[in-house]
Amino acid sequence: MADSTYPIPGSVEAAPRRWSQADILAWLNSWVTTVDHKKLGILYMLYAIFFLLVGGAEAIAIRIQLIQPNMHFISPQVFNRLFTMHGTTMVFLVGMTYIFGFANYLIPLMIGARDMAFPRLNAFSFWMTFFGGLLLYYSFIGGGGLFGAGNAPDTMWWAYAPLTERAFSPGHAPDYWALSLIVTGFGTIGASVNVIATAFCMRCKGMTVMRLPLLVWINVVASGLALITITPLTAAQIMLLIDRYLGGHFFDTQAGGSAMIWAHFFWIFGHPEVYVLVLPAFAIASEVIPVFSRKAIFGYPVMVAASVGIAFVSLGVWAHHMFTIGMTSVGNAFFVLSTMLVGIPTSMKIFNWLATMWGGKIRFATPMLFCTAFVVQFLLAGLTGIMLSIAPWNWQLHNSYFVIAHFHYILVGAIVFCIFGGIYYWYPKVTGRMLSEKLGKWHFWLFFIGFHVTFDIMHIPGLLGMPRSIYTYEANRGWGTLNMIVSIGGLIQAIAVLIFAVNLIWSYFKGKEAGNDPWDAWTLEWSTPSPPPAYNFATDPVATSRRPLWDLKHPDDPDWKYE
Amino acid sequence: MLAKCLRCVSFSAKSWYVLFAFLSFQTAFADGPQSTPSIFAPTSTPAHEIYDLSLFVLTITGAIFVVVAGLLAFVIFRYRQRGPDDITEPAQIYGSNQVELAWTVIPVLIVVVLFLTTARMIFAIQDAPPPKTALDVTVVGHQFWWEFNYPKLGIHAVNELHVPLSNTEAPTPTYLKLLSADVIHSFWVPQLAGKTDLLPNNVNGMWIDPLHTGMYVGQCAQFCGVQHAKMLLRVYVDTPEQFAAWVKNQQQPAVSDESVAAGRHVFETQSCMNCHTIQGTAATGRFGPDLTHLMSRDTLASGAMDNTKENLREWIRHPDTFKEGALMPAMQLNDQQLDQVTAYLATLK
Repeated sequence: MADSTYPIPGSVEAAPRRWSQADILAWLNSWVTTVDHKKLGILYMLYAIFFLLVGGAEAIAIRIQLIQPNMHFISPQVFNRLFTMHGTTMVFLVGMTYIFGFANYLIPLMIGARDMAFPRLNAFSFWMTFFGGLLLYYSFIGGGGLFGAGNAPDTMWWAYAPLTERAFSPGHAPDYWALSLIVTGFGTIGASVNVIATAFCMRCKGMTVMRLPLLVWINVVASGLALITITPLTAAQIMLLIDRYLGGHFFDTQAGGSAMIWAHFFWIFGHPEVYVLVLPAFAIASEVIPVFSRKAIFGYPVMVAASVGIAFVSLGVWAHHMFTIGMTSVGNAFFVLSTMLVGIPTSMKIFNWLATMWGGKIRFATPMLFCTAFVVQFLLAGLTGIMLSIAPWNWQLHNSYFVIAHFHYILVGAIVFCIFGGIYYWYPKVTGRMLSEKLGKWHFWLFFIGFHVTFDIMHIPGLLGMPRSIYTYEANRGWGTLNMIVSIGGLIQAIAVLIFAVNLIWSYFKGKEAGNDPWDAWTLEWSTPSPPPAYNFATDPVATSRRPLWDLKHPDDPDWKYE
Repeated sequence: MLAKCLRCVSFSAKSWYVLFAFLSFQTAFADGPQSTPSIFAPTSTPAHEIYDLSLFVLTITGAIFVVVAGLLAFVIFRYRQRGPDDITEPAQIYGSNQVELAWTVIPVLIVVVLFLTTARMIFAIQDAPPPKTALDVTVVGHQFWWEFNYPKLGIHAVNELHVPLSNTEAPTPTYLKLLSADVIHSFWVPQLAGKTDLLPNNVNGMWIDPLHTGMYVGQCAQFCGVQHAKMLLRVYVDTPEQFAAWVKNQQQPAVSDESVAAGRHVFETQSCMNCHTIQGTAATGRFGPDLTHLMSRDTLASGAMDNTKENLREWIRHPDTFKEGALMPAMQLNDQQLDQVTAYLATLK
């Protein structure tokens, strides 16, 4: 054993593989130029998760500023920019992208197709969304630089006119807001067209429309709704830009324009938008809950009808965001009724999920934990929604912290919980490895506790008269302790999300091998290897029922007998 | 049967009273240490009607929550997997039209009840005609302060609205006409009424019928720019005698005190007068608050700080100390001018 430099056999292979520059470029090239629905789906999800962290960081800054009355953590102007960017980011860069992440990755696999209907449109849509988001965030370093938060929009995510007009917003903040959302809006339109075309034209043999997995059905409905609602938003933003640059007077009240018209335009987009975001969350829950309850979804046709019903009714409820703007009493009454009607299809959905679990053998793996919590939280969010639909009570609650608590119950309690559930459920398919259940349980319970500490308590300052979008508040209002609890809950959620990020990375390298079908599930994506090969299926699959894999696993008792 | 139902509702309404008692902090009187504008401590007619309706709605939604969440808890407990060996599949059930119909009809009935109750109250509050005894006030929202004009009394008040106490026998409600000089604002004093927006190029209205004297706080409830958070609002419900005295004082022209003539000279020769009005002087600006009776107010800069001489001087010297981004510019006065103009303004009772 002298100090030999003798080459030991095998040592060359055992040395870690070094990536040459050409390898890295080729790898990068494969992602940038890809038209594969799975890669684009992953890109959408990474983009959504990245901006979830960014928007979350903004929320934490907001909560630190509000932890006590008269704090000076950030200046009023920076606070206004941060909550505007928080809302815009979470709705347009997280909400509108996660839906296409799941839809892109899963719809072709679930309907037995080799790719989306328009692969190149798919790539185009993603990159429009991508660059739209970059444009929005460029505002932070444009004009004035990071200190003072540059030119970031500061007019709330609904950007009510005439505050966005030149007289009240000189500089370029509203321009960044409008232009970047027009660009991401084009991405949304392209992706929506693609989802609808794929679901109706690319189905494998035997996959009739009434056999489509609910995830596919509900995403089709959400995409249809997105196609309808992005249009008025884009129109309004172009009108705003005409006002700002070409001397138009659409919303310029000093020259006879109308502030109320902007509100109508925005909310006829803005309210259906809520359903564009939440329907794909329902879609995830409608896949996860049956598999982990070990039962077929209860009332499949009713679930489809309820989804279409929600989309239809949601197009006629927008002015419930405007009960205080001075509509006539008849107008107010109309929107009270239409808003309450949304409660009927949504309560049908809740009952159907309950009935699916009823009589099952529920396995509480992490995906199911998230989806069970989703059902409770969505129920509560629906009930506070009923309260807000009562116009006279809305005159009190509107623009208060009660409203913020209500819609975060939807956006976090329903949508983010379902996103997490969906990621835990399909991560094995995407990467071939299971996410750690241990970290998953930590993630779930911390996030669940943090969520309730924050958003349950947040209702109360609203009832005590605390309006939203204020950078600080008076010490003698009795809101201080409550706000401190809310902020602490926010920090707990932040820790949970960091655990999730660690889990994503750690499990990618060290997670347990998943195999084709780790959850013993029933839809077609679980019949291919994990991760699925290029073009998904070696031979075209044939769907025999709504649960093709159930039929394979239980030839004695197949589903098609009952359809 | 119906009477029984109503009794039932009013009983549960009472239990909500108890449950929310902890929320209903009594409003402290002027400058008291604690003043929480809770919507569960109404002192005026529209707020009170909304409060009663809210208890009714809370009862119904609370019952729905108990039933559905109870079912879910039962399902989670009863139908969970018992141990890893329990791997036989349960019986597959695909749906039931009868059950679906049942849980569609129940929400429909609830919606009908809630809608009819709500619609009745919308019309009752929104379309209530003003009685002849009503006081009219025109409210104009500005970035970031409130202008209150009493057209019949010839008064221009700012940030602190004074209204007379009303009573149920001979009501003297106050009807507010809501306008905006720039962007959208929203008038919200939770204990008196729900909020209504102030839109430029548009006329809105609301009314209050206060039944208890006191000072009620509120603030702008529609984001209106950088200092939206410091667009605070106070409503003083005065006894008829107090109100008459207040009106009488407000109708006087500004106090003219020769000992502070130097300060008045500063005010009239600097650009102060471009934005502010002081009745009886050369200052007739309309962009900022009317200062004719500045010292009759408890706060400065729309509630941003107490109205003391030191605060007033600092506010004129450097408004950003209290309200960063307020539209009042720092006037770059020297110390002597500051002292003079502060002394002058301090005489404007």
